[in-house]
This record gives sequence, C-alpha cells and structure tokens, in this order.
Amino acid sequence: MKEKLQNFIENAGWPRIIIGLFLVSLFIAAPFVGVRIDASLSDTLVRVGMNGVLVLAMVPMVQSGCGLNFGLPLGIIAGLVGAVTSIQIGITGGVGFLIAMIIAVPIAAVLGWLYGQLLNRVKGDEMMIATYVGFSSVALMCMAWLLLPYTSPTMIWGYGGSGLRTTISVEGFWLNALSKYLHIQIGEFFYFPIGMYMFFALMVFLIWAFFHTKTGTAITAVGSNPDFARASGIDVDKMRTISVVISTVLGAIGILVYEQSFGFIQLYMGPFYMAFPAVAAILLGGASVNKASMANVLIGTFLFQGILTMTPSVINSVMQTDMSEVIRIIVSNGMILYALTRKVTVKR
Amino acid sequence: MASKKKGSMSFKDIIANNAVPIIFIALSAVAIPISGFSATYLIQEMLTRLARNSFLVLSLLIPILAGMGLNFGMVLGAMAGQIGMIFVTDWAIVGVSGMMLAALIGTPIAILLGYICGAVLNRAKGREMVTSYILGFFINGVYQLVVLYTMGSIIPISNPQLVLSRGYGIRNAINLTGLRHVLDNLIPLRISTIDVPIATFILIGIFCLFVVWFRKTKLGQDMRALGQDMKVAEEAGIPVERTRVIAIVISTVLACYGQIIFLQNIGTMNTYNSHDQAGMFAIAALLIGGASVSRATITNVFVGVILFHMMFVVSPMAGKELIGQAQLGEYFRVFVSYGIIAIALVLHAWKRMREKAEARRSLRGEK
Repeated sequence: MKEKLQNFIENAGWPRIIIGLFLVSLFIAAPFVGVRIDASLSDTLVRVGMNGVLVLAMVPMVQSGCGLNFGLPLGIIAGLVGAVTSIQIGITGGVGFLIAMIIAVPIAAVLGWLYGQLLNRVKGDEMMIATYVGFSSVALMCMAWLLLPYTSPTMIWGYGGSGLRTTISVEGFWLNALSKYLHIQIGEFFYFPIGMYMFFALMVFLIWAFFHTKTGTAITAVGSNPDFARASGIDVDKMRTISVVISTVLGAIGILVYEQSFGFIQLYMGPFYMAFPAVAAILLGGASVNKASMANVLIGTFLFQGILTMTPSVINSVMQTDMSEVIRIIVSNGMILYALTRKVTVKR
Repeated sequence: MASKKKGSMSFKDIIANNAVPIIFIALSAVAIPISGFSATYLIQEMLTRLARNSFLVLSLLIPILAGMGLNFGMVLGAMAGQIGMIFVTDWAIVGVSGMMLAALIGTPIAILLGYICGAVLNRAKGREMVTSYILGFFINGVYQLVVLYTMGSIIPISNPQLVLSRGYGIRNAINLTGLRHVLDNLIPLRISTIDVPIATFILIGIFCLFVVWFRKTKLGQDMRALGQDMKVAEEAGIPVERTRVIAIVISTVLACYGQIIFLQNIGTMNTYNSHDQAGMFAIAALLIGGASVSRATITNVFVGVILFHMMFVVSPMAGKELIGQAQLGEYFRVFVSYGIIAIALVLHAWKRMREKAEARRSLRGEK
C-alpha cells in the first residue's frame, strides 16, 4: 500500500498533488462559507468546455518535440480574424459560428505552416522564440485591427468611425452557438452545456484518432527521439510542421469556442497572455515538456479552471479579500517552472 | 568576436554584424523629421533616457558573458529595488541618503532572489531564457502576494498614503517625491537649455569600468570560458554551477540598483507594473544596440538605449502625423520591441544550428 502511494506520488509529482488537494479542500470548504457547490461545479465545467480546445492545442507540438506552444496567440489571431469577419458578414446563429471557423481555419493553417518553418530552423530554442513570435504577432495585429476596413457598426469605435473596438460582443450573432444545443439545467444553479462538450469531445477524439494514424505515430516518434525517427526514414521537419499546423488550427478553433461561450471577442492586447493558462493547464494535468496525452488535457483543464473558479469565491468568503489573481499567477507559473526544471531524459 | 580571427573586417561583415542598429538608424532618420520634434528636445530626452535606462541594460551583460543568454530574470532585481523604494518612502527618508538606503534594503533581497534564480537555472541548462522568463512571472506573483497582502498587515507600513483604503496592501502608484531626481540633480549642469544628469552618468561610467575590470578577473575569465563551452570549462576545473549562480546574483543586484536609478528619475512608481516593463525594455534596447544572445558589449548598451528610446519618443508622434493616429505609432513601437527580441533569438538559434551542422560535417572529414 505504502509502495503504491509512493509510486503514485512519484508519477503525479508533488506540485500536482498539492494543487489537487487544494482544489478538493476548496470544494469541501465551499458549503461552509456559503458558496453553492452546484453553482461552482457548473461554472467550473463551463470554463473547462470553454478552454478545453485551447489546452488541446498544446498536445500536437508537445508530442512532436517542439515544446510548449507559447506561440498560441498566432492561432488565436487567426480565430479572431474569423470571428470579426463572420460578424461583418452578419450571419447569426450556428451558421455564423461555422463561417467564422471556415474563415479562421485556413488562415491558421497558413500561419501555422510559416510558424512551423521557422521553428524547424531553431530546434532547441522553440519555446522562447514561440513566446516572442506570439507577442510580436499580437502587436502586429494591434495595428491591423486599427486599419482593417471593417465597417459593421457593432464592431467599430462609435466616434471616428474606423478601427475595431477592444471588446466586441457576439450577442445577437453567435453567442452560445454551441452551448445552447442541448443543455442540462438541474435546479436553479446547475447548468451543463452539452453542445459545447460534444464539440470538445469531437475535437479530443479527432486528435486522439490522429495520433493513432501512421502520421500521428510518426509525429510521436519524432518527439521522443528525432535521431531514431530520422534513421527509420521519417521526415522530421515535415512531421514537426504538421504538428505545428494542427496546434495553430486548434488555437483558432479554441478561441472561437471560448468566445461563443464567453460572449465577447477580445482584440488588441487581449490574446497576449492567453498561451500561459493553456500551458499551465496541460502541465497541471501531468504533461511534461515532451509528452502529453488527452487525459492530461482533461485533468489539467479541470484542475486549473477549478482553481480559477473556486479561489475567488471561497477565499473571498474566508478572508474577505480577492487573492485569486495572485494565486492564479503563482500556481500557473509555478507549474510551468516545475515542468521546465524537471530533469527530463530527452535527447535533442 | 569571431571576425577578429580572420583579420580585417570587410565592409560586408560590418553591415552583416550591425544589421539591426543600421535598420534602426534608418528608421529613426525617416521618423524624426515626420514627428517634427526639435533637436534640443530630442537631445534632452535622449540624455534623460540614457541616464534612466543604461544601468538596467548594463546589468544584462554579465549573464551573457557566462553563456546564460538574456537574463529575463532581471525583473527579480527590479522588484527587490522597488521593495527598497517602498520602505524608504514609508520612512520618509529623502535625498541621496534615501536612495542609498533603498539600495541597502534591496541588496539582500536581490542577492536572495538572484541565488534562487541561479539555482533554478542550473536545473534548466539549455533553456535558461524561457525558464528565467517564467521565473520572472512566478516571482511577480510572490511579489504581489507580499506587497498586496502582507504590507500594512504583517509588515508594518506607517504612512497611510502608501496603503490602500482597505487597510493593507500598497497603492498602485507611489509618489516618490522625496527621491525624485536626487541623483540626477546631485551635480547640476546646464548647457544652454539642456539639463545633464552628471552624477548619474558618473555612476554609469564607474559601472562600465567595473564591467571592463570584471571581465579581466579570474571570475570573469571563468565566466567567459563557461560561455564558450560548459563541458570544457567543467573539465578545466571551473565550478560551473557556482559560477553561473554568481553571474546571475551580480546581474540581479545590479538590476536592483538600476531600477532604483530608473525610479528616482521617473519620480513615481507603478507598484505592480514598473518591473515588468523594465525587463522587456532593457532586453529590447540591448538587442537593438546590436548585441546578440551570446555577445554583448558596452557600446551595444548605449547605442541600443539611444536607438530604442529614440523610437519610443518619436514613433507615436510620427504615427499621428502620418496616419492621424498616435495609437498606431504606439502599437508599432510595441510590435518592434517584441519583434526585435524574436528576430534576435531566431538569428541566434539559427547560427547555433549552422555551427552544429558545420561541426558535424568537419567531423565526417568533408569540407
């Protein structure tokens, strides 16, 4: 028994266990401080659905050995272009959402391909470069948002008549386009968007299935040992590029799923730090810098979003202050730091 | 410099080695006339900004020497400096003595943080930059925890003007009235209408001499050896991990002083944001000055600060004059600062890969 426990601790790692226990204790403490468990659980689940695809976007690049995709904003930007263009066209409901996706995916694919070409030339330094590629693309798009000729009055600044607003509401267009299909409402507080989860499940299944195809296996092989992969005749650079393209496309889809539930499109500096919560979540779920699975995505997103939802309400009630932001910073960056400093037996 | 070995540098080499600063000189040359600023205004601005930022940028040099890349962890030092500033403001100690005291309080904190940073980076060899970058965010969380929740409750803060209305936690912006310009105006010098912060420049000068001297010491030579090749250095008997920690500690402590100099010039402190920008701006400036991830000189620092801040001052105005939107110039500046870091990192990685491939070829006996 003791050995089993030790094994479990070894496998899961201390930070993950501590955070898991912290979350459990938050849920236990919640009713005592007057926070409704069903409402919190529902909030957590909605957030998991919202962020799930963005976290999923980490998997392909981690698997191919490109490291954590700090360049996620690149995919997000493609998603944003899709979103605003769809609103500009003005078709509402699920079709509008679909159109946003149809526009976003090819853009993401092209950006991802370019991004992949870049990352193939900087093997070993991907993560730092990805971070700054993400940052500079966000800044570049800041200029573009000001200049692009969008005209829909719901999106541009009221005065001046040009330039997109920093936050655009998707209400009246495709708010809850996915979430509204089939949702469960138990009691007053518990709400579970099945539609969004079905979409998320579909994405997870597609990626899972993809990693069981020939190409997917080859990508995993490249990630675990590039030299060996090359020796067995796999085109390493091509596999890496494919993984980066998939990551970027998932980033674009992920942000659309996020927005339809959140209700707002955040432009300008909005996507700036969006990679970090996703990175932290997948690491929290047990992924390492060079290995990630679907289970990591699900567990990690739940743990991370659980903490984000529970800390403000519970800690506020206990201590009368809002420490959630600080806790979020420490937990997410602590998790990334832990993953980066762990001795990994991987060959470059 | 690699080119020294090959004898004289050709014109092409000069261009290739200094591509980044040349591009920025060209950019400024276009943007300055558009912005319509007067020469005296720009000179004054540049002098102020040189005095304000050089020290922070200089603090990056030593980790580069030790082959640890750009020390994104310098924000740790900046935070230490800010904690010093908070206490000095609270105790209402003004003038140069206040600054000295702030530095004195900041130093042990910076040493501790620098040690932590060094120890963490030793566990992440080969990924120092991204690790130090994330470490900056992490310690920022701890800093917020300390400053926002324990100051005024556990750590006594007597001045109610510093404390948030809820009774604890430091306010978002602190007015450093007693410390404003104390170093800059220590030795007043005025050339026609331009103020020259002589004392600050003297301090920066002394520090440059320190860097030059430091490179010649045993420790400096060890660091250089480390920067060339960690394995060889280890076999030569250099205590690798210890030397790396020292390099980071020095850098962190200097960043702490740099931030204090920076803040005394600005005169107000943005408790929760000042340090974030410090790291980004210093690194961008150094890279614009023509430094790379593995090689940086004192000249790079000064050229970089001038060029980066020239763009800083000029681009919003130029954007406004050109397109009618100052915001556009502002975003352009943000884009350039991030873009330049991205490009510098890419070039560095690229070069390293090429060298590796070349080494492989020569091993095989081709060439």
